[in-house]
Amino acid sequence: MIHKFKQLGYNIVLDTESNAVHVMDDCAYDMLDLISAPMNEQMPEIFLTMLRDYPENDVRETYQDLYELYQNGSLFAPDDYQKYSDTMVKSPVKSMCLNVAHDCNLRCGYCFAQTGDFGGERCIMPPEIGKAAVDFLIKQSANRENLETDFFGGEPLMAWDTVVETVKYARSIEKQHGKRFRFTITTNGILLDDEKMKFIDAEMSNCVLSLDGRRETNDGIRKTMNGGGSYDIIVPKFQKVVEQRERAKKDYYVRATFTKNNLDFADDVIHLRELGFIQLSAEPVVTDEKQPFAITNADLPRIFSEYDRLCEYMADEKNPHFNFFHFMVDLDQGPCAIKRLRGCGCGNDYVAIEPHGDIYPCHQFVGIENWKMGNVKDGTLNADIKTYFAKTHIYSKKGCSGCWAKFYCSGGCNANSFIYEGDCRTPHTISCEMQKKRLECAIALEVNKAMKE
Amino acid sequence: MKHVVTINKANLKASAEKGGCGKCQSSCQSACKTSCTVANQKCEAER
Repeated sequence: MIHKFKQLGYNIVLDTESNAVHVMDDCAYDMLDLISAPMNEQMPEIFLTMLRDYPENDVRETYQDLYELYQNGSLFAPDDYQKYSDTMVKSPVKSMCLNVAHDCNLRCGYCFAQTGDFGGERCIMPPEIGKAAVDFLIKQSANRENLETDFFGGEPLMAWDTVVETVKYARSIEKQHGKRFRFTITTNGILLDDEKMKFIDAEMSNCVLSLDGRRETNDGIRKTMNGGGSYDIIVPKFQKVVEQRERAKKDYYVRATFTKNNLDFADDVIHLRELGFIQLSAEPVVTDEKQPFAITNADLPRIFSEYDRLCEYMADEKNPHFNFFHFMVDLDQGPCAIKRLRGCGCGNDYVAIEPHGDIYPCHQFVGIENWKMGNVKDGTLNADIKTYFAKTHIYSKKGCSGCWAKFYCSGGCNANSFIYEGDCRTPHTISCEMQKKRLECAIALEVNKAMKE
Repeated sequence: MKHVVTINKANLKASAEKGGCGKCQSSCQSACKTSCTVANQKCEAER
């Protein structure tokens, strides 16, 4: 399968099953509309008529170029990956999200965790549960060496003692078990101070900082408990964190959420760069479609043009450089095809633990009773749910196997699909459309870089 | 080739043969975590 698109002035062709990306001149780009596999060595003579705007010699040469790509497996490569998906089985657990605080000190209007409590009581994970989760992960990880733990919430800095004790406990036993823990934390920054920043720099391989961009965008939805804006409290703290992490060559992301209220979100991203942040992300809100700020189908054309604007801004060397998370793609050294079949590993090699130790497939399933998989205190883990997710892949999800983006999104977010469509195996169309647009921009930026080298 | 420039190596099929070691990071694809999308991750297999 191929996908043709024009972006940044290039005619780009992605061959989905080989992952080859080609830039074509107009003649080749137009000729592809006339071709499907299998290709014959001899060009059909009717092409000369159908492509009469191009000189005959160019048409013949172009066909030979395309035929060569076809022969070397980088054009119309066949889809023979289903055999791998048919054998998918449960994997060891290697990654967990620790919801250390089901509480938050902000009251963001769009919070999927319902301002921190996930629809239940406000509570903090005791350190004993954090340590039990570490033991659980080590036990469930079998022969996996690299283990990831993300401190999440609500707001994880509200459970700081648990964060510190859990990290120290994991560090004290990782070597004896032959494991390497990689910690990350996602914070709104309100409680950040020098002591916490020092610990985060020392222990966290990535630190995700939530800020929505321009003051008016951020303060319109990320409000303090008394209804005030959070921008002025957070920005100086984040600038300090980022300065320290850049000096220490540690990863971070400043992540924004965009909603219907700021469909000009490229300006928010650019504003974050103006604040001195280089690693940036802006993600569409996940919320009930009835909310006034929810993104709907009608918003998609505006969102696409905004992604175009951001893509063009980033391609222009006169503008300050930054990385935009969703426009990053590694065309050569990305994950293997096996990994790409089922993506995130939710409920299979990735789980979320809530403050009482209950296990869910991921942080977005937390609190949905039917999806409870077990508890870290007694080490239970529902094998049926694990198997269900092990077999939830691009060949079992509706519509994915025929989509050009399948090896880039791996079928999308299972939780989104469940929340919006009521079924993990029915992708959420709006999310798919935005994902495809972001991928086009990401590939175009790589093309632009390569063509200028 | 005069009419086509190929930007990358078409190596996805080869990766299937030797893939699935599981050493790479998990890759949450939800909108609320910036660890999104599979394709921007690195293969961490020892080469």
